[in-house]
Amino acid sequence: MKYIVAIIQPDRLDEVLQNLNDKQIPLVTVSSCMGRGRQKGISEVYRSHKEAGGLLKKTKLEIAVNDEFAKPCIEAITKGARTGHVGDGKIFVLDLKECVRIRTGETDGVAIG
Amino acid sequence: MNSGDTAWVLAASALVLLMTPGLAFFYGGLVRRKNILSVLMQCFMMICLITIQWVVLGYSLSFGPDVKGWIGNLSWMGLNGVGQEPNADYAATIPHQVFMIFQAMFAIITPALILGAFAERMKFSSFCVFSLLWATLVYDPICHWVWGVGGMLRMQGAIDFAGGTVVHINAGIAALATALVLGRRKGYPDRMSPPHNLPFAVLGAGLLWFGWFGFNAGSALGANGLAGNAFITTHIAASAAGLTWALLDWKINNHPTMLGMITGAVAGLVAITPAAGFVSPVDAIWIGAGVSIICYFFVSFVKVKFGYDDSLDAFGVHGIGGIWGALATGLWANKAVNSAGADGLFYGNPGQFLIQAKAVLVTLVYSFVVTFVLLKVIDAVMGLRVSEQDETIGLDLTQHREAGYTIIE
Repeated sequence: MKYIVAIIQPDRLDEVLQNLNDKQIPLVTVSSCMGRGRQKGISEVYRSHKEAGGLLKKTKLEIAVNDEFAKPCIEAITKGARTGHVGDGKIFVLDLKECVRIRTGETDGVAIG
Repeated sequence: MNSGDTAWVLAASALVLLMTPGLAFFYGGLVRRKNILSVLMQCFMMICLITIQWVVLGYSLSFGPDVKGWIGNLSWMGLNGVGQEPNADYAATIPHQVFMIFQAMFAIITPALILGAFAERMKFSSFCVFSLLWATLVYDPICHWVWGVGGMLRMQGAIDFAGGTVVHINAGIAALATALVLGRRKGYPDRMSPPHNLPFAVLGAGLLWFGWFGFNAGSALGANGLAGNAFITTHIAASAAGLTWALLDWKINNHPTMLGMITGAVAGLVAITPAAGFVSPVDAIWIGAGVSIICYFFVSFVKVKFGYDDSLDAFGVHGIGGIWGALATGLWANKAVNSAGADGLFYGNPGQFLIQAKAVLVTLVYSFVVTFVLLKVIDAVMGLRVSEQDETIGLDLTQHREAGYTIIE
């Protein structure tokens, strides 16, 4: 099992969700977050006072999948989020040890989908 | 008694009241999320607390029968003798009670203006004690000097149409004293978060602008041509100042900013306050443009150079803008606008400028000294600042046990 974390541009979310759905991966957790990568942030100015270390709004997706779905999942995100510009984001893939479905108590491979 | 005048001053009183919640949102949007309620609460507390102070004591000290030019006596305490009949000394065509409640709104907003300088770090209990004593020991005397019959600055010929000296210079310099006595917020200036809700600040500025028509045009105390002139000069000066600040931002910081534009507009409203019923509409443009240039310089460079934490620029905008407005009244005042006023320097009477400068100086010195001593005394008795840990957690939770926003339902 893999736990896939992706940081993408907020305006690419709809595209990515559609692609994931097409690959039979409908289960996803999405949150708004702030961050900066090589794109850096845009510093803000309030009454001439510069706020250093600006951050940009990003969207974070977290998806838990069985091993055979990992590659399609990464492809779906990459295809949906890539524009070719700096700031498209990153995907992190982690090994996932356990998974429990709260309603039934089922575990691991069965519980994940 | 005139029904039109009475109707207008009643409506204007409601407009001026609205400025204090407007100010609450103007300031509230500029603080961090954890302190929004503390600012709104302080503003509302001023409405409730100062209203009672005014009725019981403040109105009599400010406008009651004069004692040697310094203060009103206590014969109007509890509104004794302040009834439905006009008081011809102040406003011959409206009920005395209506004049009293119009002035009450000014007494409320003045201490509320000061909180911009000590936002995010003052104990609420100390704030209440400070504000009550400040209203009694600073606002009421200065109000009497400038507007009270027999008041010493009024007798010397200083003109202040709607409270540039009494309200803005007074609150502005007191704000500087509080910023100096309380010290900087933790993390100032390099580790501060940006304003948490600029749209709130814009909404607040809009309400201030709207309410200011009552503040300035209402100060004509009648529904007449003078009220119209004050209304128009108020609007023109605010517009000129907002525009000027935006252009300065554009030129100096490369981008016009929303915060800059509303800061300029408020500075313009401050500057035109003493002049509104004494200057012509076209001269209001110069007063508005001038105030933004001066305040921009102060807020952007002077404050940074000296390093005091006037958190929301109460001194930078109200103090400095108020000083400019009072002096500018001595430059552009014009008897063709208001025969009861005076001619300024540009209309052949340089003496008026000096009289204005003297009134400014007297207000600055008295307000600063008394505020400074008052703060030191309160600090010694009960402390002014919250603990460092409480400051980090935020005043909403530590002073009021409430949160402005929920993040998780």
